[in-house]
Amino acid sequence: MSTNTYINADCVITGNRIYKNGRPVFDDQAAAAPDFLVSAYRHFDLQYPKFYKMDHTSRLGWLANELLLQEGFQKEKYRPEEVGIVLSNSNSSLDTDIRYYETVQSIPSPALFVYTLPNIVIGEISICHGFKGENAFFVSEQFDTGFIEQYVNGLVNNNILQACICGWVEWLGNDYRAALFLVEKMKTANSVIFTAENLNKIYQIENG
Amino acid sequence: MTPIFISADNIISPVGDNTADNFNGLLRDVSGVNLHTGSPFSAQPFYASLFNPGHFSYQTGKQQYTRFENLLIASIVDALANSAVKAADTKTVLIISTTKGNISLLETETASAELNRRISLNTSARLLASHFGFVNTPIIVSNACISGILAILTGIRLIRSGQYDHAVIAGADVITRFVLSGFQSFQAVSAAPCKPFDAARDGINLGEGAATMIISSRKEYSYGAMVMGGATSNDANHISGPSRTGEELNMAIGRSLQEAGLLAAGVDFISAHGTATLYNDEMEAKAINLAGLQTVPVNSLKGYYGHTLGAAGLIESVIAVKSLKENTVIPTRGFSSMGVTQPVNVCTGVYKNELRNCLKTASGFGGCNAAMIFGKE
Repeated sequence: MSTNTYINADCVITGNRIYKNGRPVFDDQAAAAPDFLVSAYRHFDLQYPKFYKMDHTSRLGWLANELLLQEGFQKEKYRPEEVGIVLSNSNSSLDTDIRYYETVQSIPSPALFVYTLPNIVIGEISICHGFKGENAFFVSEQFDTGFIEQYVNGLVNNNILQACICGWVEWLGNDYRAALFLVEKMKTANSVIFTAENLNKIYQIENG
Repeated sequence: MTPIFISADNIISPVGDNTADNFNGLLRDVSGVNLHTGSPFSAQPFYASLFNPGHFSYQTGKQQYTRFENLLIASIVDALANSAVKAADTKTVLIISTTKGNISLLETETASAELNRRISLNTSARLLASHFGFVNTPIIVSNACISGILAILTGIRLIRSGQYDHAVIAGADVITRFVLSGFQSFQAVSAAPCKPFDAARDGINLGEGAATMIISSRKEYSYGAMVMGGATSNDANHISGPSRTGEELNMAIGRSLQEAGLLAAGVDFISAHGTATLYNDEMEAKAINLAGLQTVPVNSLKGYYGHTLGAAGLIESVIAVKSLKENTVIPTRGFSSMGVTQPVNVCTGVYKNELRNCLKTASGFGGCNAAMIFGKE
């Protein structure tokens, strides 16, 4: 039960800057927050037209996950049901809830309504990569790293999952932050032990 | 894995204000689903299971709670009154399940940062914790229509990890213009009372309600039933439509059975999600067949409660556990002729038999599926 699990990759997006495994990899201070995501999508030459149909939260989470899994993640090592996703944020889908409710006065938009649930970003990532394992979305005031450590370790140590993408994806107004972590059992040259303390350190990367 | 004991429960719905009233109501074929005309929520008439105005007058006077919070409070009060588990115990955690919580405030209040904070589920959680004296920070689950089952699953996982001994798991959703207009925009709302698994089914009815389940690692707190296992999965197929094969729900069913130490033959009945949309019920029928459960009696309670979203998994689990204890399976209101391509044994009347274990399933937007096994001690 107490075997170590490892953070084998991380990606943080905040303040119009992207960090991969602790290093800044993209910056565009001139762009407005929503445009920044499109600017990053183009910069990394990502090819996934569904990106443009997503709401801000899903774009942010999907983008962070693409960069998280680039270079290093060996998808073929796992069966679809062995990879799961556990995410959290503070304001659920409120950003899109507000946008959707604006359409209700005229013609309610089903394209927006479907994004008025915080777990849709998990669905988008799952569809893109074919991940079929455990998934869960929790709401907490702050990134509850102690809870995430416990919950994800429970899944991995009990062999319910072999790999878990976990973290924080929040978007409200122009405030946003994504911090995603790839948690696996095997240790690599760049592994960091999966603990609440390490999650916190990486989450607040710009202060570190 | 070790089973977790159920200590007490409650349902508050248009059918009744506690578990016994709800169960007896269903046995008498009482449904909360009614036609609503001239509602501020919709220009066109709609069927839904809604509380009568004034049904909820529970207020402490000290703090102005929202309708969503009042519903949760009323449900938790009744469940705690029937359990030896104490909210203030340092080994007790509160887990809240909802999809839309306080979202109706968008319809009545002026947009502001302060309103955003009032809508926040963290605000509701803090108010509830302080109302009941929970000492640990509540956990909030918001995972579409599997929220209720995922909340129970989170509870058993936290207890098995040793962090807590008891969990008070409460879920609620209220129906307002926001939610109704959304499902209407999807053409997902039936113009008639919903017909789960039926050939003429054409969509859901929405419903509001709350339910609470109190669970514990300690047998002395048990009222005679257990949560034996559970799992979630993702279709990885479509954000608003279910799997075409049912394979992923079947994965969750398989892992739940494994965790419960049961084979398919050990399942005595199934409480399905059964929303009465074409695609959900078809997908569930496929999953039930893949799991080898096609002869097991199955029901859907959506004809009584409508789809209560983040409360659905909890309301339907509480009824399922009551069914085990009473050896009585509730019929599927609205069903008359088989409308799925795979055989399933839909309960059409009250079914009485010795029942040991049951399976509860749910699926939702984002491609999520959940399954859970309950058993009698």
